[in-house]
Amino acid sequence: MSENLSGLDTFPKLLMHHARVRPDRPAIREKDLGIWQTWGWHRLADEVRALANGLAARGFKRGDHLAIVGDNRPRVYAAICAAQCLGGIPVPLYQDAIAAEMVFPIQNAEIEHAVAEDQEQVDKLLEILPQCPSLRHVYFDDPRGLRNYTQPQLMSCERLIEVGHDAMRRDAGFLETEIAKGSGADAAAMFFTSGTTGVPKGVVLTHASLIDRARAAAEMESLSESDVVIAYLPPAWIGQNIFSYAQPFVTGYCICCPESAETVMSDMREIGPTYYFAPPRVLEALLTQVSIRMEDASRLKRAMYRYFMGVARRVGGMLLDGKPVGIGGRLLYALGDLLVYGPLRNVLGMSRVRLAYTAGEAIGPDLFKFYRSIGINLKQLYGSTETSVFVCVQPNGQVKSDTVGPAVKGVELKFTPERELLIRSPGLFKEYYKNPQATAEAKDAQGWFHTGDAGYFDPEGHVKIIDRVKDVGSLADGTLFAPKYLENKLKFFPYVKEAVAFGDRRDRVCVFINMDMDAVGNWAEKRNLAYSGYVDLASHAEVYALVRECVEQVNADLAAEAELANSQIHRFLILHKELDPDDEELTRTRKVRRGFIGEKYAELVAALYDGRKSVHVEAQVRYEDGRTGKISADLRIEDARTFAPAGAKKAA
Amino acid sequence: MSLPPPGEAQGAAPHAAPGGRRVGDVVLSVEGVSLAFGGVKALQDVSFDVREHEVRAIIGPNGAGKSSMLNVLNGVYHPQKGKIRLGKKEFTDMDPHEAAALGIARTFQNIALFRGMTALDNIMTGRNLKMRTSFLEQALWFGRARSEELAHRRAVEEVIDFLEIQHIRRTPVGRLPYGLQKRVELGRALAAEPRILLLDEPMAGMNLEEKQDMCRFILDVNDHYGTTIVLIEHDMGVVMDISDRVVVLDYGRKIGDGTPAEIRGNQAVIDAYLGVTH
Repeated sequence: MSENLSGLDTFPKLLMHHARVRPDRPAIREKDLGIWQTWGWHRLADEVRALANGLAARGFKRGDHLAIVGDNRPRVYAAICAAQCLGGIPVPLYQDAIAAEMVFPIQNAEIEHAVAEDQEQVDKLLEILPQCPSLRHVYFDDPRGLRNYTQPQLMSCERLIEVGHDAMRRDAGFLETEIAKGSGADAAAMFFTSGTTGVPKGVVLTHASLIDRARAAAEMESLSESDVVIAYLPPAWIGQNIFSYAQPFVTGYCICCPESAETVMSDMREIGPTYYFAPPRVLEALLTQVSIRMEDASRLKRAMYRYFMGVARRVGGMLLDGKPVGIGGRLLYALGDLLVYGPLRNVLGMSRVRLAYTAGEAIGPDLFKFYRSIGINLKQLYGSTETSVFVCVQPNGQVKSDTVGPAVKGVELKFTPERELLIRSPGLFKEYYKNPQATAEAKDAQGWFHTGDAGYFDPEGHVKIIDRVKDVGSLADGTLFAPKYLENKLKFFPYVKEAVAFGDRRDRVCVFINMDMDAVGNWAEKRNLAYSGYVDLASHAEVYALVRECVEQVNADLAAEAELANSQIHRFLILHKELDPDDEELTRTRKVRRGFIGEKYAELVAALYDGRKSVHVEAQVRYEDGRTGKISADLRIEDARTFAPAGAKKAA
Repeated sequence: MSLPPPGEAQGAAPHAAPGGRRVGDVVLSVEGVSLAFGGVKALQDVSFDVREHEVRAIIGPNGAGKSSMLNVLNGVYHPQKGKIRLGKKEFTDMDPHEAAALGIARTFQNIALFRGMTALDNIMTGRNLKMRTSFLEQALWFGRARSEELAHRRAVEEVIDFLEIQHIRRTPVGRLPYGLQKRVELGRALAAEPRILLLDEPMAGMNLEEKQDMCRFILDVNDHYGTTIVLIEHDMGVVMDISDRVVVLDYGRKIGDGTPAEIRGNQAVIDAYLGVTH
């Protein structure tokens, strides 16, 4: 990034800059009627000008909030910028939210103007009009199905643009003045965080913080105007906003809007993005598709795939990290690249990806290494809405599957004695909207943001996130116990569906395992293991052996980590039933409710710790229709091998 | 997908024609049609009419002659007696290609797509009658043929966009699930830009969600393109919700004709459906 962007402290100023210096470079592409349509920076700026003038003519003022509901569409992004031109604050809302979920943000910010993508979103906004008397103008992009709507609040974006053109003819200089009035300290956008705990909070971010973080990461990864991104995650999510709004505005790269959610795969193949983001579940789904299709492939192709994936596992990651690899390994990898990895990257639409990020949840090491081994530079990052995303990023050549990397330039990190991660960064949010109490709780007087995440620095200074602070405990000897970290490690095995770890204030760690019926059932079928059902299969000695291998593998990994070596799993049992949200054992988002399970199965927990070899259990299960039934079984409890810590500080 | 209940999509009363769509004059009428296969009397002296822009349903128990009626309408069967009036023209019988040229398109009870061809190509076949260039020009893809194909492709893409099937554009139809195949078939019929669309059990074998989707598409087609729709359907909920007027057939005879509310209260119809002791 050689160009001088100093003085361009807001997004509208950056947009006008790009419209001047690279008017015809692509800014946004959208696939419409099967053909990719390109908007250059100049065209985007024109659209934004017209929309902004139109909004102003309709009464949108400095400091007003503009609700934006829609999928990734050029006009959605143009509307965001149009609001910012006028000193307004765009509030992107999740397009898949139900109508009732939009009530709070609109009431909270007293929103008068909203931009909706299509009939579906318009219907939702109209539905909540009675609860949201402030909402007086709804502009829609796609007129399909809306021809006969007569509500006075409705207006098409086309019409709004005409209104804008009329206004521009009357007062051509108006918008330039408005843009010039903006400063970096102004609020640039408000994102509502999902309200899993209580009401949602509106996170207010300034132009300065978003631009600073977008630029820091762009410089670190040397992003340029030649990069291409596919925008396929909800625009209301801060990450998508950074990748498809803040960063292109800082670097001048192009974003591409897929035709529909179902066409993302094929659109990616056509566009060939160079910069890509995917949460672990998307990467997992892609790999599953690949695996399924490989199973249907011819025998020769299967053999090739197996062989070369073996090669890739050995040397692929090392090559990507620039580590020394013998000439034989290099040659084999080159051949594999020609025959397997190249075509595979092509199928995934990742042929041109030179930088890919994953974040949001823990990613399984095998999954992570798969993508790296076939030559895709997948890295982890750490951040949140409150921090404008970029807090930690793994630098090239220092990528590890179990850390999120060191702090990005400009970020200060420290851990409290309770191991909570604190962040001070230019990217921090300004406040929670109309919620000074929550703001004060999250951001202390010295400007440190309390993340609620627990972790520590590894020997190379990378941050390792292990759990939420409130879940972290300690073993009887005072060493760290992070149940979710252990559970995640177990869940990375396909045979383990859920795990529940116990150990807080106890002398050692024991776990409940919930086997994955599909995976274990499949495994059992392949080896002609007869079983009558879940309970029967779960109690098979061979299944226990299978799970024990998984547990011991985890123990071996843990032994290598000084902080967690004492958390090795000593005993385990396989539960007789699947943990189920209907039985309140899991939350609706499928997180284990450790405390509840510990009480409900207190007898089993006691048995894990008193050395019994088996325990009798009777449990009530609730069926989908609300009836209840009983399951009784004798559960076996087995010991797992533990390993001496690698650092050999002290024996467990 | 958020979906308002069918019939209420436009915020209008359930059975009234939605705001912008005006039911017009009679465009298609059937007068005293009788059709027999040997001794089997499939249709006996059936008369009814279809008005422009309306959704007209034909219902009846199994073997009532519904599909036969549809086949008469688009010229597959030739009735022994009676007349069909289409606009100003009058026919005693016509051929399917004539019917198509006059703006009648249809879908089939058992999907009749080219299974090995992609959804895009299948829908393109619906444009067949609108292609003017010669075989040779098309083979060379020269001059007129090229611009013509571009225009047709655009029309097809609009149908694809309308039916929200972008993601299966390049998928061979044989690999698609049933509900989507039905949608592709509707797309092929739409590609012909018909004035009248005949749908033979568009919702047979679908689950609730697929049915809701299909209802929405049928109403959208009716509203957006102003296409007149004649459909055969077994699902009474669907029929009562989306149609303006209903014809009831039983053993080849018309036993009822009117708005859904009238049909619901018609004793002959109730007897035909529930059975009655004689």
